[in-house]
Parts: sequence; C-alpha cells; structure tokens
Amino acid sequence: MSTPATPIAATPVVVPAVPRVPKAARATRRTELSLLILGMIMVAAYLAAVEANMLGKITPDFWVPAGLLGATFAALHVVIRFRAPFADPVLLPAVALLNGLGVAFLRRLDLGRVKAPEREALTIFTGDGGKQLIWTLIAVFGAAVFLWFIRDHREISKYAWTLGLAGIVLVILPMLLPASISEVNEAKLWIKFGDLFAIQPGEFAKLALLAFFAYYLVRKREVLALASRRFMGIDFPRGRDLGPVLVVWVMSLMVLVFEKDLGTSLLYFGMFVVTLYIATERVSWLIIGLLLFFGGAGLAYFLAETAGGPFASFGKRVDVWLDPFEDPHKSGYQLSQSLMGLGTGGMFGTGPGAGNPLLVPEVRNDFIFAGIGEEVGLFGLTALLVLYLLVVERGLRAGLTVRDSFGKLLAGGLAFTLGLQVFVIIGGVSKLIPLTGQTTPFLSAGGSSLVANWLLVAVLLRISDAARTPATMTLGGARQ
Amino acid sequence: MNAPLRRVGVVVLVLFAMLFINLNWVQAYKADEYRTSPYNRRVMLDEYKRQRGVIMLAGGLQLAVSSATDDELKYLRGYPEQTAQQYAHIVGYKPVNIGASGIEQSENDFLAGTSDKLFGDRFRDLFTGEQTAGGNVLLTLSPTAQEQAFKELNGNRVGAKKGAVVALDPATGAVKALVSMPSFDPNQLSSHDVNAAQAAYNQLLANPDKPLANRAISEIEEPGSVMKIVVAAAAMESGANQETVLQGGATYQAPGTSHQIPNASGVNCPEQITLKQALTVSCNTAFARLGVDLGSKKLTDTATRFGFYQKDVQVGRLNGKGIEAGPTVSESVLGKLTTSSGGDDKPTIALSSIGQASVVMTPMQGAMIAAAVANNGQQMRPYLVQQLIGADTTSHYVADPKPLQRSCDAAVAQNLQQMMISVVENGTGRNARIRDIGGVVVGGKTGTAETGDNGESSHGWFVGFALKDGQPVAAVAVFLENAGRGGSAEAARIAQQVMRGVIADKAGN
Repeated sequence: MSTPATPIAATPVVVPAVPRVPKAARATRRTELSLLILGMIMVAAYLAAVEANMLGKITPDFWVPAGLLGATFAALHVVIRFRAPFADPVLLPAVALLNGLGVAFLRRLDLGRVKAPEREALTIFTGDGGKQLIWTLIAVFGAAVFLWFIRDHREISKYAWTLGLAGIVLVILPMLLPASISEVNEAKLWIKFGDLFAIQPGEFAKLALLAFFAYYLVRKREVLALASRRFMGIDFPRGRDLGPVLVVWVMSLMVLVFEKDLGTSLLYFGMFVVTLYIATERVSWLIIGLLLFFGGAGLAYFLAETAGGPFASFGKRVDVWLDPFEDPHKSGYQLSQSLMGLGTGGMFGTGPGAGNPLLVPEVRNDFIFAGIGEEVGLFGLTALLVLYLLVVERGLRAGLTVRDSFGKLLAGGLAFTLGLQVFVIIGGVSKLIPLTGQTTPFLSAGGSSLVANWLLVAVLLRISDAARTPATMTLGGARQ
Repeated sequence: MNAPLRRVGVVVLVLFAMLFINLNWVQAYKADEYRTSPYNRRVMLDEYKRQRGVIMLAGGLQLAVSSATDDELKYLRGYPEQTAQQYAHIVGYKPVNIGASGIEQSENDFLAGTSDKLFGDRFRDLFTGEQTAGGNVLLTLSPTAQEQAFKELNGNRVGAKKGAVVALDPATGAVKALVSMPSFDPNQLSSHDVNAAQAAYNQLLANPDKPLANRAISEIEEPGSVMKIVVAAAAMESGANQETVLQGGATYQAPGTSHQIPNASGVNCPEQITLKQALTVSCNTAFARLGVDLGSKKLTDTATRFGFYQKDVQVGRLNGKGIEAGPTVSESVLGKLTTSSGGDDKPTIALSSIGQASVVMTPMQGAMIAAAVANNGQQMRPYLVQQLIGADTTSHYVADPKPLQRSCDAAVAQNLQQMMISVVENGTGRNARIRDIGGVVVGGKTGTAETGDNGESSHGWFVGFALKDGQPVAAVAVFLENAGRGGSAEAARIAQQVMRGVIADKAGN
C-alpha cells in the first residue's frame, strides 16, 4: 500500500483554496469537462426533440433534467480532479452521456403513458424518468465516495475474501428466498422491499466476485499456468487445478436453473473464464470454458425439451429465439415486438418522441435498446454501441497500462464483463442470441444496476488514474 | 498479462461487430418486413392518425364517419345509428383488431388516404405538416329504396328470419338497394375497446343466423320458378314465341324416371297452353317438358349469358375490387345436366327447368336476370361505387357503366318483358303491381323452392323489374329463406315497395 489506510473520520475533507490538481493532469481534466459539457448538450437536444414531438412545442424548462445531470456529473468531475487527476478523460463523459440519454428516454416513456393534454403538467421527478434521475444522483454519489476514500485500487484486495463470500451470498440469496419476494418476470433475481423498491443483488455480486477472482488468480496464476499437460499442442491444466473453475461452473448453472436466468449465468461464467485466461495466458482455459458453457447450455436445452421442469423456461427462450413470429401473441410477443420496433426505426429512426416504443413490452428495462432504436434508428444505435465500446476499450487500456497484476486483472475483468453484458442484452433484443433478462448498463430503469455500474466505472477510473500517474507521483491525487 | 488483455480487447471488438452487423440486418435489410408486419400495431396507429374518409350517398346521407377522440387512436369510426343496420352489409365495418369488410375493406386505401390516387394530398402534408383526411366514397344506392328494402324485409309478413333484397338500375348496373337479413350494428365492431369489439364479433360469428354474411351476394339457393324466365328465353331463341303452344297437364314424367313432376297446388295448367300463359300461371309440367326438349346445351348457354357461371362479378368499383362475399359474388350454377356417358340427364333437366335439382343462384343473380330483360337483353356489370372524391373535393374516379354481356336479342327481351308483365298483371306476381304511378308498369316472376319434405320451409322468391314510359328504372330480386307458404307472394309485395323507392328517388333527382 502506498498510502496507509486512514480511518474515515480522520480524512481531511478540506477544500483548499487552490485546487491540488497536478499541472500534468490539467489538460486531461479539461478534455473531460469539455466532453462532459458536449454530452449534456446532446442530452438537452434529445429532450428538446422529445418535447417538440410529444408536446408540439419546446417548453422553456426542457433543459432542466440535462442541467441537473450535468451538475451531478460535474461534481464527480471535481472529485476526480482532486482524487484521480490522471484518470482516463473519456470514461466519465461517455458513461454520463449514456446515463443522460437513458434518463431522457425514460422521461419520454413517461410522457407517452399519459394523454397529450396532460403531458405538460408532468414534472421531471415523476415516473421512471424522475426515479432514474434520483438514482443517478445516488449512483454518482456512490462513485464519488469510492473515489474519495479508496485512493489505491490495491486496497480492494484487502477485503477480497469478504467480498468473495458476500458475492456468493448475493448470488444465492434470491434463489433461497420465496418467489413472491424474489421473482420478477419469471427470473428469480430480485429482493423486493414491498412495493417500494427492489434491488438486484446480482448486479453487486458481479463486482464483489470479480474482485475476489482477481485476488485469487493473482495468487494462483503460477500454479494454474505452469502445471499442465500437453494435449494436441495445447497445454491443459492439471485436474486438481480445475477445482475452482468447476465450482464457478456449477454455480452459474445453478443460477441458470434456479434463478431461471441464462444471461446472468453466462455473465458470471464468462467473467471468470476470461479473468482466468488473462491471469494464466493459457488459451486452454478459454477452450475449456467455452466447451463447459456450451455443453451446459446444450444439456439444459436437451433437458428442457425432454424433462422440462426447471429447464422448461430456458427451452422456451431458445424456441422463441429460433422463431419469434411462430407465436407472436404469447411466448414470442416480447421479441417480435422488439424486432418490429427496431425495424420501424430503420436507418434513421422516427425521431425522439415520434415513435411508439411503449408497444414493446418491458421497454423501460430489458428492451430499452429496442425502444431507443425505434426513435434514433440504426445510426443512433451505432453511436450508442460506439460509446459502450469506448468505455470497454478504455477500461481494458487501463488494465494494459496499470503496473500491478491485481489492477490488470480487475480492470480487464470489469471492462470485459461490461462489454459482455452489453453484448448479451443487445444481442438478445435484436435476436442475435437467445434473449436473457439483463439490464442495459446505464440505460435501463433501475437503481441497482445504475449504482453497481457507476461503482464499476469508479473502479476503472481509479485504476486508470493509477495507470496514467507518472511514476514519480503518488496515487489518488495525493501530493508528494 | 498484456497479451491476453489485448486479445480480450479484440474479442470485445468482434462481439460488438456482430451486434453492429446484426442491427444492420434487423434495421436495414429486414426493416420493411418488420415495419409492415401484420403484428406491428404501429401500422394501425398510423392509420388512425389520419381522419378516415366518409362513405356517403348522393343526397348527402353519411353512412360512415370518423370523429376525433382523445384516445391513443385519434379517430373513432362510427356508423350513424339510423342507417347503421340498413347499410351494414354494404358499408361493412373497420374494426381496430379485426379484418375490415364491405366498402370499408374494398376502398380501404382511398378512405385511409394511403391510395396512390391521394399521393398529392400526402405530398402536400409533407410541407404543411398536416394530416389531410382520407378520401370520400360516394355510393350508387337509393336511400329510399334501401330503407324500404330493409324495413319491408325485416318486417316481412310471413315470419322469415333470413333473406335478401337486391335492386339494380337495369340501364347502368348501379346497385340501388342491397340488404341482407338479419343485419348487425357495425358500431360495436369499430369500438376502440378491442376486447368488447372482439366479444361482439365472436358473438356475431357464433349466431346461427349468420348476421355477418352478405346473403345478397353470397347465398346460393334454388331459384324455383324464377328459372322459367331463363328457360323461356332459351325457347324463344330457338324460334318459339309467346303464343307457341306447349304441352302442359297435371303431371309430367321425364324419360328415364318414375318421378312425376306436379304443378303447384291451385295452378290450372291445361294440356295445351301457350308459353306466355304457362309463365303467367307458372306451369311446372309445361316448363319441365320444354326444358327437356331444349336440351342441356341450350339451357346452359342461355343461363350463362344471363349471368350463371359468372366468376368475376365484383360489386364495388368498376375498375377495382368489390365488396367481398368470398372474394367475389358467389357463382350461380345449373349443376350437372348430363349423364356420365355425356348425354342429357333428362330427369335432372326437367327439375332444373323449374329451378329445382342442383340449380342455385344468388339474389344478385336474380336481379341481374331481371335487369337484362328490362334493359332489352343487355346485361350491365353491377357496381356500388359511384365516385371517389378527395378531401379537397377533387374527383378521382367516376363510375362509367360497363356492359357485362348480351343476354339475349332485344326482340326476345321485349317478349320476355311482356310475358313477365303478364305474370304481375294476371298471374302469380300480382303483389308487385304498381298502378298509381303514371307510366310505370311492373313485370316479374315468382319462385318457390322446395327445400324439404313439406312446403313449410320453402324459399320465396320474386325477381322483377319496373319500366317507366317504356324505359327500365329498376330490377329487383327478393329472397325470403324458409318463408313457407305465401313466401313468393310476400317477396313480390316487398319488391313492389323497393321499386317504389327507386322510382321516388329517381324522380327526386
């Protein structure tokens, strides 16, 4: 540890008269701020277009959500200036733009749910859009707190075992709880607190487990990488080293079966296999992982077709994926509506506020990408994909340049997991792969996802700061 | 660890490339298919964004109108209460989730404003930002005749529950009245409460009397003695005239069968009877024998020229498709009149000549026979749409009457007219007589089709025409299903009322 862990109360939270941003980092932070402003202008423009299409005019207050979001992100930007001055300047603006467009689109859905004359009376803190706005404040605050207090990402490894245990508990908890508390839309992924709100512990489990994987693999990588047998020109690990992999494999299959959720299962497993591969540099892990996953999924499909039972819903999803229009009113309804929304959008979309995204079921959650796609078209969606790709590749870059193994694994794993999640959900709603219930990071309505993903971004920011800080300076914006 | 990290970066790039390619597939290549998919509600929402055109009559009577709502669907299709049931089978219905019917279906593109004809309107809308209403459809119907037809048919005095009336303008083929009984209220189907609409629709479908069926153009039934008009026409084309003496008598036994065809009770048919008198009293024995003597070929030829076996009659726009009964008017046929060896099946021909056996026709076909006779042998193609008028009152189509075929020589037609007038003046069709309107004379033929063992469930028919000062003004067919005794006389009375309606509206114009 380069900085001793100081108790929270003792941390000097004094705003100095002169910002303590190192000179070398100032240009980077200016870039971040300019990009952030540009992003918020785009969100404001989106809101204006929504009002023009849905109210028939642009009210003088159209920009307020963008302004509030902008202020929130700007606050995080200030925290970054102090605590992670060398952090990657693209991460925050890219994620802020995604988040802002998500809030704007959710507000657009709120407007669409009420009759035209009542729309103007809809304040910005009502409905899903309002909730998302508040959750954004909370999530960004969470990220700021993390950046403020955790000045070196290696501190995380101190809590690795705790996090690993917490991760497993969070994964298993919804499985054990009764369906009335944990099941939403046939997936047992939730913990519901009455009608007030519900959290998806899996979103946080992802981060906790990844931190543990990174820690565990850094310690075991030599054993896993070196002790191997050669078969068909590829080095395969020894049987006993396969243990942890098999544990995760079984766990992810349990998620598949008992939580009825292929997406989460694929996410956990993909996350683990890829960190294993990064740690050991052995292609054989990828091969074993892919074989295990597709073997497991194939077996589950076979069981769904023959035995049914807990596998039935998985089998149904595969059938729907193969032909969503076979039963377009019942089982294929969601996917066929999603495809028709995307198709109606075409190349350029109907324009923000001019389409009918509410025809797509679950458009505020799983299908938000299809809903947005109807209104912004292929061009708009491509831009969103590029934004995600930027975040993922910038995260991987932080992993490439950071000096410690734990940081490399953590950044690589987190960035890849984010990318994989985007692939799983967007591939699902556009019929590239069977649909699985996943939130679309930063866009979907929902606090858990937003808080967890902002925390993920905070970790990436923290690692990128460590990666880009000149070797002569200490981490976390602390002065020498 | 950097080499695998770089490879992971490539993997993510590949995954995103797959997403991008797939989005191209969905949003560019397959976009049109998804956009216009029947499961895509957006197609319908767009349709309801534009006010649908009015279906109306020449006098200004509006039969279908769309009014603004504050629903998600901007306009509600409505059918004014007074006329909704009367015109239900012609105008049809335009529900939200159920397939449309009638003119609502056949002229849907024009009414909805999506027709190529209305491209100018839509092009203008691009610049003004408005949604010009769809085009209006003007029908040929005579409101008085339609009202009479509906009222008299539903209030028939023989208690028939099912039936149909068709009235045509013989000179043009314009449909003046078209009613099917029982009718229904199309408003319950066009409701924006789709569940209520679906329930109403299911109830109509389950109704054993099939109120949704347009019996005037879809129901094919035995015409009974109405068929004698065709047989008489065939005889006169083979050289007979009104005074040609036929062999009648009380019964007729066709060669090759022991079945004896009797006359209807109360019919006085001597052994020697003229063609005109045989038609006037509706003598079965004389016409059965006449049909056998003429042979299957002549009967079939004449029937075909009067409209039997006609597959492409569409009652709608003359250059477009018509209202559907299936896709077109059901085909009226004589059935098989020959034996397996190819010779005439004389027992069947004998029965067919008096409209029994397997001869079947639609009420529309009945009206077309009468129209051909009244129009001196020239049969016109029936049509319902008089004019298509854009929202800006420009006319996009005006009906130009088209001949369908020549049914018989003018001379034969005039002889038939005189004989059919005799039927109404002196014979079985007296109820159709109109004496109080100057210059008007009515001709026609009744028909009673035996449908079972007793006469209680027989169908009643009347097919006839009205001439005014020698010019044809109306051709009417009335069909009363399972009317029982007195059915054809009641049909004649209803026909008279309908013809009065047509004449009244014609005089008014």
